[in-house]
Formats: sequence, structure tokens, C-alpha cells
Amino acid sequence: MSDLHPPPPCPPGVEPLVAVRGIVNRFGAQTVHDGLDMQVFPGEIFGIVGGSGSGKSVLLNTILGLRAPQAGEVRLEGRDITKLPAAELRAVKRRYGVTFQHGALFTASTVAENVKLPIAESLGLPEDVLDGLAHQKIRLVGLPAEAAHKYPSQLSGGMVKRAALARALALDPPLLFLDEPTAGLDPIAASAFDELLLYLQRSLRLTVVMITHDLDTIYRTCNRIGVIVDRRMISDTLENIVQNPHPWIQEYFHGERGRVLEQALRPPVPGAAGEAR
Amino acid sequence: MFLEATHRDGERELRPRGHWRTEHAPELARAVDAVQPEGARVVLDAAQLESLDLTGAYFLRRLERRLLAAGVELRWAGARPGPLEFASGVVGDESPAAKPARPHPPIGEVGRWAVEQGLEVRGAVAFLGRIFLVFAGALARPGRFRPASIARHVHETGLQAVPIVALIAFLISVIIAYIGAQQLRQYGGEIFVVDLVTLAVLRELGVLLTAIIVAGRSGSAFAAEIGVMRLNDEVDALRAIGLNVIEVLVLPRIIGLVIALPLLTIVADAMGLAGGAVLSFLLLDIPFNQFLVRMQEAIMPTTFWAGLVKAPVFAFVIAMIGTYRGMQVRGSSRELGRLTTVAVVQSIFMVIFVNAIFAVVFWQLDF
Repeated sequence: MSDLHPPPPCPPGVEPLVAVRGIVNRFGAQTVHDGLDMQVFPGEIFGIVGGSGSGKSVLLNTILGLRAPQAGEVRLEGRDITKLPAAELRAVKRRYGVTFQHGALFTASTVAENVKLPIAESLGLPEDVLDGLAHQKIRLVGLPAEAAHKYPSQLSGGMVKRAALARALALDPPLLFLDEPTAGLDPIAASAFDELLLYLQRSLRLTVVMITHDLDTIYRTCNRIGVIVDRRMISDTLENIVQNPHPWIQEYFHGERGRVLEQALRPPVPGAAGEAR
Repeated sequence: MFLEATHRDGERELRPRGHWRTEHAPELARAVDAVQPEGARVVLDAAQLESLDLTGAYFLRRLERRLLAAGVELRWAGARPGPLEFASGVVGDESPAAKPARPHPPIGEVGRWAVEQGLEVRGAVAFLGRIFLVFAGALARPGRFRPASIARHVHETGLQAVPIVALIAFLISVIIAYIGAQQLRQYGGEIFVVDLVTLAVLRELGVLLTAIIVAGRSGSAFAAEIGVMRLNDEVDALRAIGLNVIEVLVLPRIIGLVIALPLLTIVADAMGLAGGAVLSFLLLDIPFNQFLVRMQEAIMPTTFWAGLVKAPVFAFVIAMIGTYRGMQVRGSSRELGRLTTVAVVQSIFMVIFVNAIFAVVFWQLDF
């Protein structure tokens, strides 16, 4: 699977799948986001980057409709979820899958039951069909079939992340939100997860929005990056964002680790092969 | 409407059509399961399939396997749809793993249960032993008793429980006095209501009610607090820092409750007597000063102590069961709920059981 690269850029003129405009989030006197904009286009893997406490998870919760922002709008597939009535919001929520930072698997249920829950709740299906669909999703994320009947406490960290991804994919959503999918994994497991993500993204034509701290993951998977700095987002392609003069971005991408990765992992730009960067 | 069937040239042709997608899963399940696996040869044609996602691919695969299992010769007119290729490539031919069967026959379950009970008893005794070891160690170095922590638990389990304990003790004693008054009035012995209330409250009801309320309030809190700390790996963190978990989490709770429960019992005794006095005054026209005089005659010097001496024992039982069950939590939210329930049920049972032992012993001692 080493031929997997970040997805190609989206052609111009396409409507964004996720459009966030002018988001303001405040906790008491502390303003986390102040007029934040973000757009994600179909077929992208969009990475959200930012320092600790810059409000990445708050932004994700806002986009998911779990938190009402003080101002601004969030459009998923063109519909503003901050103004939707509850019934329509439920329909929108079925169109995306989410994995949370620590997996957030239901600890009282087995992996198969975790995956079956969203399917069973939104579609009335006989038990053997549910088993078959859960089996498909579990194998899809590269877990062995026997993992289906294990409880989350019996799984390793990497398996928990995969099981969470299987649950997020349960309803075949076109849009996937991942909160730190590779945090806490060893580099080999993280790399395997990245390849799985690229493989699924290409095979299923997913759009992925991913919060990550992991520079390896960013270089391997993302085709556009949004950096949260000064309570707003600067987003661009990876090639352009590393040129951005903002000191935090320079420090982030051009610290020692960033330089090594930039040379090692960046796929050669067509036509510019061999040229010194 | 999702699956069309026609016969042509002795072959059966099945044409999936429309959107084979997640949102139509129930209809797809019905359509696929309605297909009778008959005919020697079947041609599948995806020409009219408008869209297909992985759930749809699962149903196509289900259809294929149904037909193949019946020995039908199967081919696709044209290419096999991409998502179906992808899904069968990922899943292969395997079926979902069967639920692990019950590993033991019924008689084995009995044996397993017996062994588990044995281990449980051993675990509880070991826990008790560790508490006493830590306690003995702390006697030598009193700083290890953690006074701040003990004070917090006295506050939470004692002071904050005063209103509910007082209210319940008052009401129960009013009920006892009321029933007593109804019965004793028939013999003209209304004054003995005072004896009834005084003895019942001081010897049994005050301490027993308080212990049951505290078991429900604080026994559950101990189990839940420590249980969540276990789920969060906080207990392991304490161990890794080099702290003794019994000393930090268990002993302060036990000592705190052993201090708080007798104090609560005194409150309950007072409120119970007050309830009896109020009812005697309102219903039987026994004035307060007469109530007090009769009360002095009814009780022996030991009556108050016969109730109060049980309080620290009950407190120890409640706190030990609560903390022990909390320490047993591992793995899942359901375990936390189960063990919190076990903690409350067991501590209430043990309080009543120990009370029965006290009753027998006091009877034998003529206390």
C-alpha cells in the first residue's frame, strides 16, 4: 500500500462540503475562536493543526452540532446546522461519522455491538444482517473477525482507534471527522492507520476532517491544512502553508522534526522532480 | 423494486436497480432474502444499478452467497461492481465470528461460581488485613492518617447528611408513637408510648436508620468515586507515585465514617425522641415535662450506649464494603454500576445482619 498519497486537490468551482463562517466561541471571559472561517471540499483530507488549548476540539464539537457557537454559521452539505430543527439535525448527523480522541467506545458493549448500534438505531434490520454489516466494517478497518466479541477494555490502543473508525463508518457516511486518530499510537501503528485511512478515503471517496498533532500523519495524508492561530484559521495546501511567515507556523513546520519529515516524506512534485526545494 | 427478475434463454436474470445505499437497507434486506435460490444458472446484471455503497455491496454479496450456497452457477453480465469487488476483497469468504460459546457446561458453571466465591472471600479478607496493617503502621506515624482527607469525609458523609437523617428519624418515630398510641389506648396505657418510643429509638431505630441512610448515601459514593478513579487509571497513578492506595483512599474514608456515623446517630436519637414527644403531646396530651420524667424511668443508664456502640461497627462495615467494591471496578461503565449497586445492597444487608448479632449478644449479656 506504499503507493498511497494524499488525495489530489479538488477542482475549483465545487461547493464546499463543510463551510464554517465567522465562528465565535467564548468560555466566560476567554475567547477561543473569534471569527474563524474554514472550508472543506469533497474528496479532501483536511488537517486541523494548532497549539494545545487553541480550540481544535471545541471547533470540532461546534461543527458536529454538539456545541452552539456564540456567533457564526456551520454549513454541512449546504445546510446551516446551527439553525436546523432537531429532526433535520438528526438526518445531517447520519451523514457524518466521528471518532473521538480516546475512542469513546461504549465500554459496556463489545466491538460488534458498538458498530451495530448506529445501524440498528437508524435502520430496522434483522440480527443476522446487522452481524454481517458489523463484520464487514470490522474487517474493513483491518481488525480480525474475532475482535468483534471483545470488549473495549480487552483491546490495545491501536485496536481501539480502529474499532472507533469502524463505528464511525457504520452508516457509510461520505464525511468523516477524526479527533487525533493517531495520538498515543507507536509510529508503526500510526503509519498503518494513516495508510488505512488513505486506502479507505480513496476506495470510498470519503471526505475527511482530521485534528492531529502528528507531523508524520499530516505529511502522509493531508492535502490541505488549517492552522488555528490567534483565534482564527489560516488554511492552505501543505506546500503553501509551510511558506506562511506566521511565527507559530514556522516553528511548527520548520522545527527540527518538521525539516526531516519534509524531506523524507513529501512525495515528489510532478515536473519538479530532482529540483532542490 | 430494488431487484428485478426475468427468465431468458433458460437462464434466470437478476437485475439490481436503483440506489443500493445504507438508507434503503431494510428494503434491500427484504428484496435479497425474498430471492428463491432456484434455477441452475443465474446472470446478475448491474447495468441499472444507479449507486452502490458498502452496505449495498454487503447485500449484493449476501445475494451471491445465497445463490452459490444453493449450488447455482453464477455469473455477472459485464463487470462486477467496484464497491462489491472492494468489499469482498476486504471481507473474503468468511462469516462473522460466532459468539464465543459458553465455555463450561452447567455443572462447570457451578464449580466456577464456587471458585469465584472462594476467591472473593480471600480478596475481602486480604483487603481487611491490608487495612489493619496500614492502620497499625499509621499508629506509629500519625501523620499518615491524613487529617485533611478525614475531615473532608466527615464533612461529606456526616455534616451534609444531617438534614435527611434528622427528618427521617423524626418521621419514623412519629409513626412508631402513633401506632403504639392506638394499641396502648385500648388498655388505658397511653403513658407507655413514652417507653416504647424511647427504647425503640435509643436501642435500635436511631442507629439502624442512620446506618441504612448512610449506606445508601456514602457507601455508593465511596464505590463510585474509587471506581471512576480505577477506570481513569488514577489508582495506578497513585501506586506509581509510590503512595499506598489503602492509606490514601481507603483509610481516610473508613476513619471519617467511623467518626461521622456515631455523631449522626446522636442527632437521629435526639430527633426521634423529639418526634415521640411532639406526637405524645398532640395526640395523647402528655406534656413535655411529663414525657421527660417518664423517659428517665423507662431507660437504664446503658440504653443510650447500647445503641451508640453499634454505630462505629456499622460505619466500618459500610466504608469497607464501599471502598472494596470500588477497588474491584475495572474495564467498563457497566462494572462501575454493578459494583456500586452491590456495595449498597451488601452494606445494608451487613448492617442488618450485624445488628442481629448485636441483639443476640446484648440479650445474653443482659445489656
